[in-house]
Amino acid sequence: MPVAAAPRTPHAADVDEVPQRKLYRSADGRMLGGVARGLAGHLGLPVIWVRLAFLGLFMWGDGLGVLLYAAFWVFVPLGVGGRSGHRSYFDTLPDGTRRLRKPDKGQITALIALCIGAGIFISQVQVGGASGRYVWPTLLVGAGVVLVWRQADNARRAHWTEAAGRHGRLLQVARALAGVALVGVGLTVFIVVRGSAAQLGNVLTATLAVLVGVALLAGPWLIRLTQDLSEERLMRIRAQERAEVAAHVHDSVLHTLTLIQRGAEDAGEVRRLARAQERELRNWLYNPEGTGKEEAEEPATLAEAVKKTAAEVEDHHGVPIEVVVVGDCPLDERLAAQVQAAREAMVNAAKYGGEGGPVQVYAEVEAQSVFVSVRDRGPGFDIDAVPDDRMGVRESIIGRMQRNGGTARLRSAPDGGTEVELEMERAANAA
Amino acid sequence: MTEDNAVTQTGRRVRVVLVDDHRMFRTGVQAEIGETARTGVEVVGEAADVDQAVTVITATRPEVVLLDVHLPGGGGVEVLRRCAPLMAAAENQVRFLALSVSDAAEDVIGVIRGGARGYVTKTITGTDLVDSVFRVQEGDAVFSPRLAGFVLDAFASTDAPPVDEDLDRLTQREREVLRLIARGYAYKEIAKQLFISVKTVESHVSAVLRKLQLSNRHELTRWATARRLV
Repeated sequence: MPVAAAPRTPHAADVDEVPQRKLYRSADGRMLGGVARGLAGHLGLPVIWVRLAFLGLFMWGDGLGVLLYAAFWVFVPLGVGGRSGHRSYFDTLPDGTRRLRKPDKGQITALIALCIGAGIFISQVQVGGASGRYVWPTLLVGAGVVLVWRQADNARRAHWTEAAGRHGRLLQVARALAGVALVGVGLTVFIVVRGSAAQLGNVLTATLAVLVGVALLAGPWLIRLTQDLSEERLMRIRAQERAEVAAHVHDSVLHTLTLIQRGAEDAGEVRRLARAQERELRNWLYNPEGTGKEEAEEPATLAEAVKKTAAEVEDHHGVPIEVVVVGDCPLDERLAAQVQAAREAMVNAAKYGGEGGPVQVYAEVEAQSVFVSVRDRGPGFDIDAVPDDRMGVRESIIGRMQRNGGTARLRSAPDGGTEVELEMERAANAA
Repeated sequence: MTEDNAVTQTGRRVRVVLVDDHRMFRTGVQAEIGETARTGVEVVGEAADVDQAVTVITATRPEVVLLDVHLPGGGGVEVLRRCAPLMAAAENQVRFLALSVSDAAEDVIGVIRGGARGYVTKTITGTDLVDSVFRVQEGDAVFSPRLAGFVLDAFASTDAPPVDEDLDRLTQREREVLRLIARGYAYKEIAKQLFISVKTVESHVSAVLRKLQLSNRHELTRWATARRLV
């Protein structure tokens, strides 16, 4: 494969990132710790060669193979790399359990090699002899350690796969316990065989004392470590939040800025875009929910209704509308009519009075009534001079308010702008 | 110079420090209001963060500080806290006018309680800003409609009958004035509408500000907490 040999030139690196081959212990297709499999994948050798090499080192290298293997196990992280083929000794089922695959040639060879190795080992070491007294406990301890370490790997693996069910967890606990028990038995046998059984009590007491001492010494440090860890996690959550904000700003704000750059000569459109973006950003930043999504459903309260209406008019007519709402109450039929009337007033203000500056909308929910005022600083007009066939103000605003039991007042000064005041009794008080 | 005074409406002069972390914005404001001969505003210093602001304000002793709410180093509130002695000084008082793009309630209430004499948003026009600066220099308060809305909202939610003293309750008149500010009226228009003088309007607004800062019933805090604003 040219992958490993591909020179990582600067521009090649950012055009298509060649994944740097790192040494991982293989998580699948492993027999013990995945060291051999990982090495094999890394070096591009058949896995069986690596395994045989380890076995050879173990037998004729005075246990060097074990040391080497253990070192790899400890220092090389578990990963998904290192698979050179798709040959696996196990099939991983979707639920995370694994079952043995049909044995292939490599596996049989490995098994035979293992048997031979074990035979040689047993024949070399006089199991029953004096040295055997140390060999068995050592083997027991070793087996226990391997079990526990392998367990830790599984726990890490479960992080990515998240497939450990209840059954799997029980099995894990059982395995961990078995490992600890093996180590314990091994150590005990060691002690008992070396000294006499009578000293066992003393030894246990001493061990306990040492353990308590270690706990006392390391305890605070461990607590600090956990605290640091949780703090670090908090920071990460914050960073994630910040990233989300950045993403949002990137998505919507930059998009709008691009649109503004393209249509810079159309002042009205630019203003409309900028206002819409400002509103969206504010909504996103300051709303408690902070979703910033455009809400499709009808607003349920007066404040929301007024704000939404103003936003629509603003978008449609490109005139800024400043909304101030004091208090809030649920929207009913009459208040909805009032909001409709206010909308009409806003549209008029935007159409005829928008040059004088932003349109001011003020809504206040009082104990008895709801008051809405829409005000512009345009040229103003004389209501009596408006021809009878123009129904906008008369019907949509005054008429609508009266039909629903409210009042509408119109004030207009020749150069002081126009103000429409809408007042409606609250339904709760009327009922 | 007499010529300057002739151009300025009233012949007044005010020394101003600009505090904002965006250089572009400072430049913009400077261009808008800093033409001393025309506006009567003289920008004597600029600062981009809290430490710098405190240094510059202490050194130049301006009459008015245009203060951004969001600043590196603790924000406008921190500047106000560290400049408290200057605000309380017997003479050469420094007054603060918050000028922010944010009109979120917690920012507004925060700096007002910190001692700012007014709060305007950055969408304000140059003329209005100059006007506001002079008003603040004279010791009056400047509210934007939105700020008036917040204050009304805060006091409206505590509309229950007064428990103890009326010290920090708004009077009917103050409420009316605030309501008109919230509706977008200028002080002049409010005066005309209520048949009172502009000076009276200003003193009403100042009273509201004072009550905001001195509110000993913690209702505002509670109100803000209830809305998850602080």
